[in-house]
Amino acid sequence: MTVAAEYGGAPRPETGGESSPEKLLVPVLSAFWDQPESWTLETYRRHEGYEGLRKALAMPPDDVIAYVKDAGLRGRGGAGFPTGMKWQFIPQGDGKPHYLVVNADESEPGTCKDIPLLFANPHSLIEGIVIACHAIRSNHAFIYLRGEVVPVLRRLHEAVREAYAAGYLGKNILGSGLDLDVIVHAGAGAYICGEETALLDSLEGRRGQPRLRPPFPAVAGLYACPTVVNNVESIASVPAIMNKGKDWFRSMGSEKSPGFTLYSLSGHVTNPGQYEAPLGITLRQLLDMSGGIRRGHRLKFWTPGGSSTPMFTDEHLDVPLDYEGVGAAGSMLGTKALQCFDETTCVVRAVTRWTEFYAHESCGKCTPCREGTYWLVQLLRDIEAGKGRMDDLDKIDDIADNINGKSFCALGDGAASPIFSSLKYFREEYEQHITGKGCPFDPAKSTLWADNDAHLGVNA
Amino acid sequence: MNATPANHDVQLGMPALPAPDYPADVRARLAADAKEVIARYPDSRSALLPLLHLVQAEEGHVTRTGIRFCAELLDLTTAEVTAVSTFYSMYRRKAGGDYQVGVCTNTLCAVMGGDAIFEELKEHLGVGNGETTEDGTVTLEHIECNAACDFAPVVMVNWEFFDNQTPRSARQLVDDLRAGRTVEPTRGAPLCTFKETARMLAGFPDERPGAVEATGGAGPASLIGLRLARGEGAPGRGADHVIAPRTTADGPTEEPPSGHPSGQAPPGHPSSHDAPHETSASDKQHPAGPSAEEGE
Repeated sequence: MTVAAEYGGAPRPETGGESSPEKLLVPVLSAFWDQPESWTLETYRRHEGYEGLRKALAMPPDDVIAYVKDAGLRGRGGAGFPTGMKWQFIPQGDGKPHYLVVNADESEPGTCKDIPLLFANPHSLIEGIVIACHAIRSNHAFIYLRGEVVPVLRRLHEAVREAYAAGYLGKNILGSGLDLDVIVHAGAGAYICGEETALLDSLEGRRGQPRLRPPFPAVAGLYACPTVVNNVESIASVPAIMNKGKDWFRSMGSEKSPGFTLYSLSGHVTNPGQYEAPLGITLRQLLDMSGGIRRGHRLKFWTPGGSSTPMFTDEHLDVPLDYEGVGAAGSMLGTKALQCFDETTCVVRAVTRWTEFYAHESCGKCTPCREGTYWLVQLLRDIEAGKGRMDDLDKIDDIADNINGKSFCALGDGAASPIFSSLKYFREEYEQHITGKGCPFDPAKSTLWADNDAHLGVNA
Repeated sequence: MNATPANHDVQLGMPALPAPDYPADVRARLAADAKEVIARYPDSRSALLPLLHLVQAEEGHVTRTGIRFCAELLDLTTAEVTAVSTFYSMYRRKAGGDYQVGVCTNTLCAVMGGDAIFEELKEHLGVGNGETTEDGTVTLEHIECNAACDFAPVVMVNWEFFDNQTPRSARQLVDDLRAGRTVEPTRGAPLCTFKETARMLAGFPDERPGAVEATGGAGPASLIGLRLARGEGAPGRGADHVIAPRTTADGPTEEPPSGHPSGQAPPGHPSSHDAPHETSASDKQHPAGPSAEEGE
């Protein structure tokens, strides 16, 4: 098996050049995850922890906002909205309380960056929270953590406790006059609460259903007060920017997508895991350095940023994984959740399962999403089982079109993405299910243990 | 579509009696906890999700009594609390086992083997999705993506991570749970019961010594990029991968599949174990609404 074939059969670029991981990867948030007790305040301090905060507290709040804006940090939760600009939208001197809400409801299928980050290095988030609250003049921050990750909840409870004890939270933080309380709030199982306005409703003790915007949370968010909602990784990236400088940050990535970020490689790859790199790295580079697709197999399709981002194929191995690059290629950078599937995987099965997820998680508020996802599931199940008809393919395309852009929030758009993109790249495979009256794939060949059943005694 | 069958449990004429209250000592204890939770928030209603976790910690599921308790403490109606409690999938609407075993069957884990694990456990335990073994130990369910795709296939027990599972390891896991043997997650603390877990979710930190540091720092997959960046290997350029592949593929690799030899369609809907969740309207066995034990 040649290396090229392992990476999807596409020829390696002549000059695509550098694939040395030492040069391509830049561990910042993950820099000391392998140190003993990496989650403790002591370890964090040993790695320049809370140094960025000291610098930020010495600056007027507006200067901090301007600094983060100049650094060019963009939201890491999916949409890529400039973080500093979000902070700037908070009206000042309005007499109302301001809130920072950290979205730690990581649930987008494929996305697995915030949870390991919080498990190994929760203080980077806490430090980022203090800096952000100084900037937006907030005395109250909430970390909305999805409930299904108790190991992370434990470490967040502990990190917040440590931070209070050390004077990084509470009254008059480091003598700056800033008072700040941080509340760790566990969710209760609802993907939709990752949508920022649904998250706010949930945090107010309601069903997590998205709100119509405007008004945007910056004007009327939590308790109808000005609120910033930021992703974990966005906030956790701020301390390093303050400590090492915006020019350092801008030296990575591109003009419009500067900085470093966590890429999460998963699926049929030799070494799934977290790879922290400058924005703009390609999947080919990541696979090249990490051992490629699992031995003996070829890349078939992948998502650049979770299941809600239109899928790519091996044609897209050289797409720069930044906001502009992925957008230009017809998808979205999303959460940089690179789920890779090899040629053993049935794309109809994959899309059916994602669609079942969206149907299950649709909050039911908007008719196109609630009804559309339901009917997509019915049709896709039939197609997968060999009971579909050719005109069902146009029908699912049409239903997806009637969901896309026609609901309050992006869940519906996310549900449409896999349908559109799989029909675009794999329509023939759908047709095979219909003409062949069944699925031509053997799911057993896709499993983690497929190539060494005997060792694991799976069929025993 | 089937027409909605007449639901004989719904009694339109006679409202149910209020749920019974907790015994006085339980109520006093829970009320003290609840007060602490409510005090954390600028607006009391924000405490509703934690309080629902709290009543679940008391009874193992959210009962009408628990709903009444939350409503009274937050000055809400039981209808308002019920509407919230039935929206979120972590609130159980019926009694369950001490250990909730959740198998991820979202696309990536399913493809990597989650479907096979879930099938294996259903057969091995003799229960279906959302059902509990006769001994009251294990409640089996399939879950959605739990943000651990680089550790696929993933099984969660009481929301602690069991990474890189196989049907065999998962079977061993549930056998150990049922036999009362010590079970430790790949990432997370030694297992406590479902109720004890619910208390942490209500916002009360795990007080057990060693719980926070259990299983150490980041999992192996989380560290791969860091190790490569440190030059601990130059993989991808030859046969030797310094970071070992997850499975020891020493044997001959198989050819890519060319399809089912017989071309037979698999029976039923291969992806279809994700039946719509029962709603309070359709879930006749466990009404959350105005018709329940007293009203029957």
